[in-house]
Amino acid sequence: MRWPGLTALLILLVLPHFLGSYLLTVFIFIFFYAYLGQAWNLLGGYGGQISLGHAAFVGVGAYTTTYLAMTYGLSPWIGMLIGGAAAALLGAVIGYLGFRFGLRGFYFILLTVAVAEICRLVVAHTDALGGALGLFITYTGDPWQFQFSDNRYYYYIALGLMLASMGTVAAVERTRLGAYLVAVREDEDASEALGVNTFRTKLAAIVLSAFLTGVGGTFYANYLFSLQPNTAFGIPLSVEIILRPIVGGAGTLMGPILGSFILSPLAEVSRIYFARGGLSGTHLIVYGLLLITVVLFLPRGAYPHLRRALERRRAHHG
Amino acid sequence: MPLLEVVDVQKRFGGLRAVAGTSLTVEAGEIVGLIGPNGAGKTTLFHLISGFLTPDAGGVRFSGEPTLGLRPHALCQRGLARTFQIVKPFHGLTVLENVRVGALARTPGFAEATARAREVIAFAGLEAKTDQLARALTLAERKRLELARALATEPRLLLLDEVMAGLTVGEAQEMVEILGVLRREFSLTLLVIEHVMKVVMTMCDRIVVLDHGEKLAEGTPAMVAGHRAVIDAYLGVASA
Repeated sequence: MRWPGLTALLILLVLPHFLGSYLLTVFIFIFFYAYLGQAWNLLGGYGGQISLGHAAFVGVGAYTTTYLAMTYGLSPWIGMLIGGAAAALLGAVIGYLGFRFGLRGFYFILLTVAVAEICRLVVAHTDALGGALGLFITYTGDPWQFQFSDNRYYYYIALGLMLASMGTVAAVERTRLGAYLVAVREDEDASEALGVNTFRTKLAAIVLSAFLTGVGGTFYANYLFSLQPNTAFGIPLSVEIILRPIVGGAGTLMGPILGSFILSPLAEVSRIYFARGGLSGTHLIVYGLLLITVVLFLPRGAYPHLRRALERRRAHHG
Repeated sequence: MPLLEVVDVQKRFGGLRAVAGTSLTVEAGEIVGLIGPNGAGKTTLFHLISGFLTPDAGGVRFSGEPTLGLRPHALCQRGLARTFQIVKPFHGLTVLENVRVGALARTPGFAEATARAREVIAFAGLEAKTDQLARALTLAERKRLELARALATEPRLLLLDEVMAGLTVGEAQEMVEILGVLRREFSLTLLVIEHVMKVVMTMCDRIVVLDHGEKLAEGTPAMVAGHRAVIDAYLGVASA
């Protein structure tokens, strides 16, 4: 995988110089959602603890950074870490409640949805955070304030985030935490019998996952220049986050990236075509159909199939 | 001091007395068999010893220390490992990855745990299967994987819950040989639930017989085999 990987990286590094502003935006979203998907993947894909409330971590990270920047002028580059820490704290609370009381499957999913909804409602009713209208960031073009006149900077930051998340997950794969996480996903009782502290393992995973997602919140806010509780904490964002790793292959390093490269262009194409026909929103139906198809025919996502196909080809060519 | 002391433990499930005040001890280096008819409470007793269940009354001491409140992973860290009657392999992981989880209980180092796991896999005769997914293994191989994972945690006391069940005569013979090596070379202490009498009689130093959650008899294999109450429990009492 080394040469194809390096070639792909090289292409992605020079690509912005050949892209128009529209395609640049598409790529920024591909990277950013791959990043969020990878953060989710750590908990949901490797650990098997499905969260449908990951938007809460994006929202907490985004609001923390933006509030600190608007009120105290703190640079989002620093606020990013504080936002990540705030999200990690929320993750620890959810993890403690969920895992201490042994919530599994649907019940854990419901807990994550409920917490995200609570966050959304609390922020929507907090005047200091702009209430339901949200926060609007004033454009200054100051890089220290995470603002750039040229979208290519956002491209490189999003690419950097995606690569950093891949590096993090690749590193975790080769640690005790990584080995324990997949063991917990496969069988909790057997894991306990083999000395795995299942509670602490799951807690570590949700804290790390929430931190990464919260850091992403800073990018989210400063790329969009505005924050609304309904979008930053909403279920649609949570769904966007989990779709990519599931389509690409949950619990694999390449899954979220592959899923993002499949889904984002598809969403764009369907948006363009169906919106033109006055059928706005139809792309969501296409999305839904695709998800059903994946669950039915590729229950472990696209990546395992892609890898097998590549291995076959390699074997074929000697 | 015995390695394991079970003192008058009781466990109820609703109206069912699964374990009704049973005591037993296992000395270091011993192989003790736990036998009894189906539903006698053997597996429940294993759950109580290994921390998966908490006794309603009575207590368990492992190398002198009360185990009350210790979760299974904590007991494993202290050197008490177990296998499950219905084996629980990590289906989506390879044999190596399965065993490495056990090895990581003794070393946080990934490379070291991998090396240790390979040794245990070789010992369990699963070398050829090292990189196969656990879901692709036969039942006999899964039983050996279950044993290998537990061994990788380097236990002082190993609880084996019917590692012979469902095996062919040849497969069971291989398992007996593995257990024999375990005893000779690792000086491991074993508490085994087993239905295959030939295995129990030849392997165990001492046998504890459970029936209806109570200890019916205890002694050497020869003593237990001739015990009137044991014969009655297994075969039923002859009506006059």
